Amino acid sequence: MPSAVVIGQALVSGLLAGGLYGLLALGLSLSWGLLRLVNLGYFAITFLGAYLVYQLHESYGIAPWWAAMLVVPLFFCLGVAQHWVFLRFRVSELASLLVTFGLSVIVESGIQLVWTADYRRLETHYASASFKIGPLYVPVLDLAACLAAAALAWATWAWLRWTYVGKALRASAEDPDIAAAYGVDHKRLSYLLSGICAGYAGVAGAFIALISTLAPSQIWAWLGVVFAVVIIGRVGNPVGALVAGLLIGASESIAMAFLSPAWAPVVSFSALIVLLLWQPDWL
Amino acid sequence: MGNFGRDASRRHVLGGLAGMAAFGTASGGRAAPSGQPVRVGGTLSLTGPLAQTAGIHKIAAEISVEEINARDGFLGRPVEWILLDDQSKPEVCRSLYEKLITVDKVDLIMGPYATSPILAAMGVAQRYGKLFIQNSMGIPRLANYELQIPATPFGSEPNKSYPKVVFDAVAGTKNPPKTVAILTSKFPSAQFMAEGTRDVAKERGLNVLMYLEYEFGARDFGAIAARVKDANPDFLWVGSLGLESNMLLEALKKLDYVPKHHFHLYPAPGPLAMSPDGKNALASTFLEPDEPFLSRPGVKRLADLYKDRATRMNLPYKELDAQAAGMFSQWQILEQGVNGSKSLDDRTIATWLKKNGATTIYNKMRFDGPFNHGDPAQLVKQNQGNNWKVVWPKEFAAPGVSLVSP
Repeated sequence: MPSAVVIGQALVSGLLAGGLYGLLALGLSLSWGLLRLVNLGYFAITFLGAYLVYQLHESYGIAPWWAAMLVVPLFFCLGVAQHWVFLRFRVSELASLLVTFGLSVIVESGIQLVWTADYRRLETHYASASFKIGPLYVPVLDLAACLAAAALAWATWAWLRWTYVGKALRASAEDPDIAAAYGVDHKRLSYLLSGICAGYAGVAGAFIALISTLAPSQIWAWLGVVFAVVIIGRVGNPVGALVAGLLIGASESIAMAFLSPAWAPVVSFSALIVLLLWQPDWL
Repeated sequence: MGNFGRDASRRHVLGGLAGMAAFGTASGGRAAPSGQPVRVGGTLSLTGPLAQTAGIHKIAAEISVEEINARDGFLGRPVEWILLDDQSKPEVCRSLYEKLITVDKVDLIMGPYATSPILAAMGVAQRYGKLFIQNSMGIPRLANYELQIPATPFGSEPNKSYPKVVFDAVAGTKNPPKTVAILTSKFPSAQFMAEGTRDVAKERGLNVLMYLEYEFGARDFGAIAARVKDANPDFLWVGSLGLESNMLLEALKKLDYVPKHHFHLYPAPGPLAMSPDGKNALASTFLEPDEPFLSRPGVKRLADLYKDRATRMNLPYKELDAQAAGMFSQWQILEQGVNGSKSLDDRTIATWLKKNGATTIYNKMRFDGPFNHGDPAQLVKQNQGNNWKVVWPKEFAAPGVSLVSP
């Protein structure tokens, strides 16, 4: 039986890791839920963002947060352009899975071409910084990622709930024809949302660059757990994605503290299977 | 390790002299190889999760082929290396070797790296009776194909021999460990070594505080770090691959915990050497670009060529390491096997190699023991000042270098 400190520390680590899951899930969840596009390319452009932040830091000494300020608008434009292609070729929900998978492979190859397959690490003096609350340590960067995820999830939820644009987007996702009858220009709004989703990938990429070591093949490392987070959190629900991320992160970590760490991945997929069998109303 | 420098028999001496002549220098004055090239086919994991180390193997293989062609080639003919990308997938690897043998009709094949692709390719080699030289089969007992030649001196039972070397290394320090925590990736070769380490630790009367396995490719080490800190072992043994050690040490640092003695099995050499968290980390090796290895014939030249090429290829870690050495060794064995046996017949070459051994970057190697292994020569290195230094056994440490104890 692990000590209370070990359990508490595992819970802190898990919740913070879950915040990063939530951040990664945010753009995918919105794209899937409101644009009806399952954008697997989201993971690839997240890592492309991470590599750009890394390169801007290595080549020009630009601090990661300033680098993120450059990457996020760039990715917004990239998201808009990508959506133009999807609309131009009438990519359906199912086809988007295949198309964006192909896109991911291309981006992965491009990353490998430029940065090689070798590991890259953005070294900062604060990478391992943490502060103490009682007997528990809280890593600063992980906390920052979690807070960023919470802020973006809440802001997105509020935007979708209380603004005209948000309401129009939700209406379009539910019934595009009726929404159009009320004067909603779904096409223009979908460009905006696609840009925002890609921008979120830029934010997630900046934190990945700060927290993780980069290698092209790691694009796929997050796919399984983030997909589980998106589905458990209900597609198109930004706060749901965050909450699901926190739940999965915490439960994985607690499993690692009590059982063998090898059991951790079982947790997220077991939760997913249980929920899909149970099919609660809120899912 | 006691047999590592054992007396060589006459045939070994002769084989060794031939080998030294073969890879000492790319000498001028010889006629360039001519005629139809000897085609050698193989795969590397140029993409996918094993791709991080593909660049290392590719550079070493390219240099090897250039060096061989600058000498006499194979039987006076130039060597052509046909390289395919197995995408880190055993099933792709299997198909590509099938293609190399049956469609491309290569003269010889060269094994890939990492246990899974090697196992996949070896099955194909066995079906067609091809000589199969490989350098990174971490579980020798699985390589029971008679024409398989191991190019890295793991020995036949590294799970028993190497843990003894590691425990000997730390036992001789001013703070010999009494308690051990063992963490390992579920990657087969790491798990295999971890189980052996646990057995050897118990045999030596050490208290094994924990034995934990984590999934290969784990992303979050926070909870594992909390358990390690709570156990506070004298010696932390990590069956890690790639970046896992860096991730674990970072997670420990976030908990304000620095392990005492800590050993890492197969970490990516660059990131752990460069990381401040990797200070004094111990790790497995077979060779580093330092004395006494640089005094071996041809090693300095290969180390310089490798560094130059790695710099041009923009690899983050540019020093010759055990992985690159493994690939050099593969080609050295093949060159000596072909030219020594004066044949391109797979069985003839394998028979010659088993009889005569080969002199490689790892020194004299035998292939006449169980699973065609000779004596083990796995060493312990330590990160000292962001450089890897061999520290154990002492006779392989450079002058003035010794294991730094916490």
